Amino acid sequence: MTGTPVIVGLEVHCQLDTQSKLFCGCSTDYRNDGPNTHVCPVCLGLPGSMPVLNKKAIWYAMRVAKALSCDVIHESEFSRKNYFYPDLDKAYQITQYDKPLAQGGYLEIDGDEGGIRRVRLTRIHVEEDPGRLVHMGNAERGKYSLVDYNRAGIPLIEIVSEPDMRSPKEARKFLNKLRATLEYLGVFDSEKEGSLRVDANISIAGSERVEVKNITSYKGVEKALTFEITRQKNLLRRGLKVERETRHFLEARGITQSARSKEQEHDYRYFPEPDLRPLHVQPWVAGITLPELPDARRERFMAQYGCSMNHARTLTGELRIANFYETVVAPDPKGLSAPAATWIADTLIGELNYRGISLDAVDAERFTALVRLIKDGTITDKSGVEVLRVMLDQRMKNEQDETPSRIVARLNLARTAGDAHALAAVITEVIAQNSKAVEDYRNGKNGALNFLVGQAMKKTRGRSDPGELNRMITGMLSTRGA
Amino acid sequence: MVLSEIEFEPDDRYHAFLTICRKAPCGDGKLAGIAVAVKDNISTKGIETTCASKILKGYVPPYDAHVVELLRQSGAAISGKTNMDEFGMGTTTENSAFGPTLNPADTSRVPGGSSGGSAAAVAAGMVRMALGTDTGGSIRCPAAFCGIVGLKPTYGRVSRFGLIAYSNSLEQIGPMANTVSDVSLLMQVIAGHDRRDTTSYNQPYRHTPDADIRGLKVGIPQEYFGAGVDPTVAELVKHAIFRLEELGATSVPCSIPSMEYALAAYYVTCTSEASSNLARFDGVRYGPAADTKKSWHDAYRDVRKTNFGTEVRRRIMLGTFALSSGYYGKYYAKAQVAKENVKKDFARILADVDVIAGPTMPTIAFTLGEKSDPLSMYLADILTVPANLAGIPAISVPCGKADGMPVGLQIMGNHFCDERVIDVAYAYEQAVVS
Amino acid sequence: MVTEQDVQHIAQLADIGIDAGELGTFTARFNAILDYFDVLDRVQGDGAGARDLINVMREDVVEPSLPQEDVLRNAPAQEDGFIRAPRVM
Repeated sequence: MTGTPVIVGLEVHCQLDTQSKLFCGCSTDYRNDGPNTHVCPVCLGLPGSMPVLNKKAIWYAMRVAKALSCDVIHESEFSRKNYFYPDLDKAYQITQYDKPLAQGGYLEIDGDEGGIRRVRLTRIHVEEDPGRLVHMGNAERGKYSLVDYNRAGIPLIEIVSEPDMRSPKEARKFLNKLRATLEYLGVFDSEKEGSLRVDANISIAGSERVEVKNITSYKGVEKALTFEITRQKNLLRRGLKVERETRHFLEARGITQSARSKEQEHDYRYFPEPDLRPLHVQPWVAGITLPELPDARRERFMAQYGCSMNHARTLTGELRIANFYETVVAPDPKGLSAPAATWIADTLIGELNYRGISLDAVDAERFTALVRLIKDGTITDKSGVEVLRVMLDQRMKNEQDETPSRIVARLNLARTAGDAHALAAVITEVIAQNSKAVEDYRNGKNGALNFLVGQAMKKTRGRSDPGELNRMITGMLSTRGA
Repeated sequence: MVLSEIEFEPDDRYHAFLTICRKAPCGDGKLAGIAVAVKDNISTKGIETTCASKILKGYVPPYDAHVVELLRQSGAAISGKTNMDEFGMGTTTENSAFGPTLNPADTSRVPGGSSGGSAAAVAAGMVRMALGTDTGGSIRCPAAFCGIVGLKPTYGRVSRFGLIAYSNSLEQIGPMANTVSDVSLLMQVIAGHDRRDTTSYNQPYRHTPDADIRGLKVGIPQEYFGAGVDPTVAELVKHAIFRLEELGATSVPCSIPSMEYALAAYYVTCTSEASSNLARFDGVRYGPAADTKKSWHDAYRDVRKTNFGTEVRRRIMLGTFALSSGYYGKYYAKAQVAKENVKKDFARILADVDVIAGPTMPTIAFTLGEKSDPLSMYLADILTVPANLAGIPAISVPCGKADGMPVGLQIMGNHFCDERVIDVAYAYEQAVVS
Repeated sequence: MVTEQDVQHIAQLADIGIDAGELGTFTARFNAILDYFDVLDRVQGDGAGARDLINVMREDVVEPSLPQEDVLRNAPAQEDGFIRAPRVM
């Protein structure tokens, strides 16, 4: 982004990873069950039911507050936010208003212009999730909604930032860093569907602020903000004004859309929840011991394993990856730390993302075995990728999975290197069949050599080392041509 | 623990009941085989619970209120659900969507409210005891008007879990019966801690009434005998206090300056909370169906207009206004300060005296239709709401008749001194009986 | 002093229907009550009070939910385990 500065602030809602809901004992593990199977009088909003606060949720939120250097305030309390919607079982959301759990604090990210960008935080509070609505019917047959209250009452932490970010990319980095921090703290599981929701405030310096609601993914934040900036800049370019408004992000279409102005006027009529007592939990802060957080772990990976800055950042950017890396290298940190860093950061993560599967699908011990096969030269890098793909595909298809060496044996991927005689035969064949390329090479076209190496690789089905082939071909052509 | 069933076939000529359980299971325990009526805003598993509102017609709770569990465990037979002002909003029981309850002492008069059905059922001898709820006098007013005993316990002494909320910060479930002993007995069963109500205290009630009140110091607030209090009622209550003195108590005058705005603070608080509490009745999860052919807000508005009575809609709107942006400070916030001031006034007086005594209601029971103007009905609560704002226990015990209608003596005590107000009421009752 | 328009606005905020026919009486009574509430203007003090019950919480323990049929039993309309509601879009 160039030109006029962009100002971005985020409100991030994350589900806290407790066993039971925020105000009742219903299980939070509802994703694989039918609708309305994880509800009780409390989270169904039955008349006469009363909320009882889950201590773990408060404890979790306080861990976050401490990790982000927020001040837990002396007295906090819950309030009712009144609005009427069928997914809101009590017709009010129990949240925190003028007495949130914590205030202030900050999160540091790598700024776009280099250096550290410190994003200040406004507040942290705890609230309940509403239920879920499914829109049914069509224009002719009539439309209606279906409600599932399983999600109602899941604890959420809301983290509100100051407008301290300057680009969609910084917003994305903020979210990634926040996610990592929450996961390191053991209070959040980013892999659970719908566990994160973001509202973003965005403005072009000097213009009105627009709130974009309903962003439900990490990528979505960058997309929504990029769309908004373009939209707002186009308005300004045409001499129009940016309206102060709320817009919804339509994830599937990648656009934002004005929330209809005829929507209910917003006066939430907050007042203290009379069925819950105040919290005086500030003294608990001292008793919270924080685990190693992403920045510290990144520094350690660089110092302890000699990881590059980029690798260390990627490896520590998600708790699962960092843990996986350390498990993989544990049997031989000296020998494995470098190849494992490369193979996880540069190859594995991409393969997982491509398949849309979680790191949980990969067995660390087998991955260590794979890295060893590559490192000791049993297979080439290219075969390594092939073995990895077979391993992941077997997991995805729920097939009987094989060890890397078994896959190497079955597919006959063992490196041909060392068998110089066999390799020489292959090269002789390649030279004989590609006289045009050989001629080009002799005429100084370097690309021709790459072509010949590629042909030889093909014939050995990737089992040979490209460097070695390169040397041998160059050698053979120079002797023959001399 | 169900041992048997009792047959309950009352002659409900006063319309005390909304639901009658003709065969009610009962068991062993403190209340073995005793028929207990339960106000219809207290959830009863498997028994329709409507709050006397059309909006809950047909609603059958899948769970019991904590007090109902306790009643069942003590062997009581839940014999029916009693009539009330819709959601507790009234002082006459005329605001029931299913028609008023009549006062057994004079059927041209109201039984008081909002627990009018419970009071009438006890007064008419249909049941020995009943549960009522008291947000601003809803147990004590009908007890006074019908000539029975009713206790509003200390806030937090009885679990509200399962009580369909009207005004959470003020209301309590309490016992109603013909005698102080029975009120005490029912209190033994229902009081105590419940982890499902986080405003409840671990203060069980194990007391048996004791009539010895020698040395008791009684505060007599001048505001309880001022303008608006019927002189005949005031005379009867003064006479009752004189009886207490004969039994060894001494009385001292006192003053509650915050009474000036207590009633306004009460109405602002209860309507604000009600506006939020009653918003969940949308015809989706329970109650009469919202029209799914309409859009959400249209359907919601219709359900509420069709199924809430006028007084309920009035209070929802008052509360909505009191909480709305720009008015919160003038109304709701001010009312909370006023509430603290009332608490402080009572704390100051009760540091010096054991109990405070005065009339329960400023008049005898109104005739049916007399209180058609809402403000004049609200004003009748002036002597009962202070105890709710202060959160202290208060009992009403009959102290004679004016114009043939019962009058109640109200005794208020310090937090968790429910035993003390029961003893004073008991001493008075025993002295009058003997 | 609130006008009939104000009362209609409040009704809208409260999402509660009010008939044109009852608006006049409703407004008059509303005003009488609000006039009475003005006594609160005389309230002095900071509202600070004792906090005798704080940090009341439960442990994070799962307890049984209601059977789905109990959840749906009171709902006027349902479909495949969901509860049916009017359209919101």
